[in-house]
Amino acid sequence: MDNMIIQSKDLSKIYLRGAEKIVAVDSVSIDIKEGEFVSFIGPSGSGKTSLLHLLGCLDNPDQGELIVDVFSIMKDGKSLSEKKLTPIRRDLFGYIFQKFYLIPTLTVKENILLPYAFMPRNGERQSAEAIAEKLGLAHRLTHLPKELSGGEMQRVAIARALINKPKILLADEPTGNLDSKRSDEIAGILSDLNKEDQITIILVTHNPVLAAKAGRIIELEDGRIRD
Amino acid sequence: MPGISGIAYKNLRRKRLRSVLTVFGIALSTWVLVSLFGFNKGYEASLNKDIDNLGFQVLLTAKGCPYEAATLMLQGGKGLRYMPEGIVDSLKTNPEVDELTPMLMQTVFDVNKGEEGGVVGYLGIDPQTYPKMKTYLKFNQGNWFTQNDAMEAVMGYEAAELEQREVGDMILIPEKEIEVKIVGVLKRSGTQDDGTIFLPYKTVQQIFGLPGQLTSVGIKVNKSVDITAYEEELYKIPDVQVVSMAQVKNTISNLVSTARVMVMSIAIIAILIAMVGVINTILMSVLERYQEIGIMKSMGATTAHIFRLIWFETIMLCFAGGVIGSAMSAVLGKVTDSVIRYILPYAPTGSLVRIDLALVVRAIGIIVAIGLFSGIYPALRAARIRPIEAIRSADGEF
Repeated sequence: MDNMIIQSKDLSKIYLRGAEKIVAVDSVSIDIKEGEFVSFIGPSGSGKTSLLHLLGCLDNPDQGELIVDVFSIMKDGKSLSEKKLTPIRRDLFGYIFQKFYLIPTLTVKENILLPYAFMPRNGERQSAEAIAEKLGLAHRLTHLPKELSGGEMQRVAIARALINKPKILLADEPTGNLDSKRSDEIAGILSDLNKEDQITIILVTHNPVLAAKAGRIIELEDGRIRD
Repeated sequence: MPGISGIAYKNLRRKRLRSVLTVFGIALSTWVLVSLFGFNKGYEASLNKDIDNLGFQVLLTAKGCPYEAATLMLQGGKGLRYMPEGIVDSLKTNPEVDELTPMLMQTVFDVNKGEEGGVVGYLGIDPQTYPKMKTYLKFNQGNWFTQNDAMEAVMGYEAAELEQREVGDMILIPEKEIEVKIVGVLKRSGTQDDGTIFLPYKTVQQIFGLPGQLTSVGIKVNKSVDITAYEEELYKIPDVQVVSMAQVKNTISNLVSTARVMVMSIAIIAILIAMVGVINTILMSVLERYQEIGIMKSMGATTAHIFRLIWFETIMLCFAGGVIGSAMSAVLGKVTDSVIRYILPYAPTGSLVRIDLALVVRAIGIIVAIGLFSGIYPALRAARIRPIEAIRSADGEF
């Protein structure tokens, strides 16, 4: 239990759609070790993205308990405020999304360094060039996102997620907008980050090849972990 | 590394046309605002200069309309009333008087003036006393009259330019069919005297059949004299009206106050329109970047960071608009001057709109402050975006 980075117990998330109650995450208990690579798979609507958002402190659970690193995110029915969650998200997590969400007016380098605009001035910094080199983007630093291919854009998003040296990398369908060649490329990068840098990776994907890179595959169905 | 201000600047370049149009709107408001401030400053200064250039502090006229008297004092007038010339001798005995100068103003209709004819004014003056009060009057050609009742005229700079006259020319006084000889043409003085045709007042009395009559007497009082108290003394003279410098200022200020209110209203409307434009532009920009702002918050951007980002955008738009608007007001100052001159019932000579650096800084400060106020709502909307809402709005699933 010593090296657990995420622990959840009976974690639930319920949405209201009109009068209808939708249980997106239903009493999920899961422990993720530091340096682990976990994949969530399952059909659309199975709650894998909702669970990812809860574990990544992007959304507040409605029930259960959640501990991330040393922080009690949800305990005794109370979750941390948005103000307290902000530095936790900034310092612990890196997020990668299917749609990249690069800022179109900023260059590759500026996009990679964007999280630093929201960090305290005395925070530790690493250079965009080093990360870009590692991800094969060194020649693209001065380009705008519109000048990049889909694979390159996702690599920029990964570089941006890594710039603040996160302990946990959350990736939601990172290859969803890419062809198979680019998907393999991204899968390789994530695998290397886990093996070489011991970054904990939690992945949501429909892609079986990508899911297979993980050390543990968790299947979800109707908001629950399938046995 | 991009700072928050750098991100804000680059975002404004994303929708260039929209940003340019917003800046243009703000620039127009600034133009109106700077011109209004400049007008408030310039009009008063020009009016003071005009009154100082009169050379006398008090004008005595035959009793009549005070507005007519004020206009007469500054640029001549119609519907004239007369007082006896003998009043000059009695005024001379007053110890308060330093100098005084009699004047007789006459106007005639000249069918040859312009396309449809026009009124021409002749100011009869005393060549011994009038030039002493108007020391700034210098001659381009010639000199004052040779005799107190000579059939001679001195033309102001613009009057001579307009009629293409020079010394030695003869001018015909319409209706009277009498010719007078031009003996002098004045240099430009920047005062109402530039458009005046001067004759000896004795000559005007003779030509217009007004022996022993005057329309006004300009009085320069001794420096130590309490003008208000002396005015009270002058009021005791029957059938005369006393127009003091202060009264003239007040009368004219009353005349232009309506125009001033109108211009102020236009300025307020222009500022309100610009404010709505800024709110619209920034709010549109926030809504378009809903996901981006959410992602920034997932990266650690606080409510304050996002608020600052949006506020920077507002400040940049307003500052750019303020600077451009101020430059426009400086470059187009003459146009503004002409428009105001056209609107106002009376406009003094000299620049009506005076723009200086302090005024520009004040106007830009006001515009930026208004912009900051306008930016509060969009900035709050942006700052309240939760990352999960932004991500979910893009994914359309949970």
